Amino acid sequence: MATLAQVELKPVALAVAAPAVIEVQDVHKYYDLGETKVHALRGVDLKVKPGEFVAIMGSSGSGKSTFMNMLGCLDKPSSGRYILEGTDVSKLEKKDLAAIRNRKLGFVFQGFNLLSRTTALENVELPTLYAKVEKEERLKRAKEVLELVGLGERLDHFPSQLSGGQQQRVAIARALVNKPAILLADEPTGNLDSRTSVEIMQIFQELNEQGLTIVLVTHEPDIAQFAKRIVVFRDGKIRHDDPVRQRPHAADVLKTLPAIDED
Amino acid sequence: MDLLAILRIAVRALTRNKMRSLLTMLGIIIGVGAVIATVGLGQGAQQAVQDQIASMGTNLLYISSGSVNKGGVHLGGGATKTLVTDDMNAILKQVPTIAEAAPGAGSSAQVVSDNQNWYTRITGTTPQYFDIRNWPFAQGGSFTQDDVTRATNVVVLGSTVQQNLFGNADPVGQTVRIGTLPFQVVGVLQAKGQSGLGQDQDDGVYVPITTLQKKITGQDWLQYIMASATSQPASYAAQDQITSVLRDRHRIRAGQDDDFTVRNLADVAQLADASSQVMTLLLASIAGVSLIVGGIGIMNIMLVSVTERTREIGIRIAIGATESDVLRQFLSESVVLSLAGGLVGILCGVASSMAITKLLGWNILISPTAVVAAVVFSMAVGIFFGFYPARKAALLDPIEALRFE
Repeated sequence: MATLAQVELKPVALAVAAPAVIEVQDVHKYYDLGETKVHALRGVDLKVKPGEFVAIMGSSGSGKSTFMNMLGCLDKPSSGRYILEGTDVSKLEKKDLAAIRNRKLGFVFQGFNLLSRTTALENVELPTLYAKVEKEERLKRAKEVLELVGLGERLDHFPSQLSGGQQQRVAIARALVNKPAILLADEPTGNLDSRTSVEIMQIFQELNEQGLTIVLVTHEPDIAQFAKRIVVFRDGKIRHDDPVRQRPHAADVLKTLPAIDED
Repeated sequence: MDLLAILRIAVRALTRNKMRSLLTMLGIIIGVGAVIATVGLGQGAQQAVQDQIASMGTNLLYISSGSVNKGGVHLGGGATKTLVTDDMNAILKQVPTIAEAAPGAGSSAQVVSDNQNWYTRITGTTPQYFDIRNWPFAQGGSFTQDDVTRATNVVVLGSTVQQNLFGNADPVGQTVRIGTLPFQVVGVLQAKGQSGLGQDQDDGVYVPITTLQKKITGQDWLQYIMASATSQPASYAAQDQITSVLRDRHRIRAGQDDDFTVRNLADVAQLADASSQVMTLLLASIAGVSLIVGGIGIMNIMLVSVTERTREIGIRIAIGATESDVLRQFLSESVVLSLAGGLVGILCGVASSMAITKLLGWNILISPTAVVAAVVFSMAVGIFFGFYPARKAALLDPIEALRFE
């Protein structure tokens, strides 16, 4: 558990320094499934400040996926407010939400969700295509982010020619290509072996150190430890919200793990 | 996304399933090809009819002896005996817009050469007849005005008659018998082939009108007069003037029916034109049905494609594609399908038209209008039948779509 000093000091210091990137106020979400009504979120409040690295945990049915979809502007809250970088997105039109997803948010999924039979480079380019970026700029940016995740040599590989970890790195590059304010990752290590999972977390930590705000959903406590803050959902509400003590560095952890041939 | 990028993505998506795309396009290919070929066929037929009428002369007026009501009994056309050569002379004199006129009366008889014979039509007329009808001679020439005046026994043969009586020998100067009378052959007409109604226009012989009247039929009335007006517009005025001249000469009182008919071949041409247009339209609309069937094929395959690619659509929406981005993506795929099908269909239509022309000798006209219309129509089919599947894709719920296996 966090010490009193940590809990007290950090929010105060940051609240003065910068406004929240994400501010969720008393959000409820109901699903109307004909006869039964599901109350997936029952009043969630959360603030995430720039540069934070939040891990969201919870068992299935806890509402964490619903919350994540809402953070990703794929779903709207039934009531309450969701303010993203000062904009109340719960009131936006579908078209504007698409623009927000495109420019302010980067998604990383459990199943990688790359387009098959499309090269790594083209997969990464895709968001810039929807952002109407010029062709040369598109190519430049896509190459940059692929190099950032260590795949500068595999631009023309198809997803089927890449390992799971490499595919996830392509997905991370795709999430970063439009320079988003937040990276949202939904169980990004769920389909990966333990060493590759740590490698992915190493990328996340490095990106976070460069100032990127990251919100990550996971049900693996080991993975959550790499974040700076852990939020636990249960029954549609936040039950715990604590900073991580003794946060391990993924790079250090990797040294202790046996090497696995990837190629 | 710019148009070029959308098109590139659409083409790539379609080439992933080459066989499927090809089969889907086949519907449109057949539809467009059929439209092009049938319209070409119809227009070719129309052109042929027009050419034939033009070769008859569109300034032509055809005055035939008409039916008459005798004591309550209506007699058929050609039953009257009132149309005579003097009527023709009066028309030539009194109607200034008539350039030439020729009488016509006919009978049928056995025509006999040395060792062959042939039963055919015998037409009595004047040398102007061949001018008016624009019939050229293959051998020899027409009988003369002098022959008409003196009622000499001379004859012009149609090519069918010439073939049957003389084979390939030159008959000019030879003698044939019509009935019991000997006639000297002075000319042979060039072959004209079948008329629009399938009649052999070359099966007939032509003698001076006077010879026919005095020596063969013994009747002094005409069955028709052919007159050519100085121009096509003039032919309509001439039609009215001829009517009044003839009513006057035949002493028909106001209120009584004409005992003749004046027909303007321009009208006949229009009628024939209209009927072949209806035919073309009919053929084209039958072919058009196959285009619609092709369109339904596109819709079907696009619906399958949207279902198969639900996850892809989910990904695209999640990373920022708007509804209209997704709509345009799928719409462009169906338009590319139908447009490519349309272009190939045009090639097939033109090729099959050429094959028909070559094999069957039918006249086929490929009109640029039909080609442009085929392209536009196939594009419209793509948009129309592609819209529903594309809309379905655009309205997918991204959360559901991403969960789709």
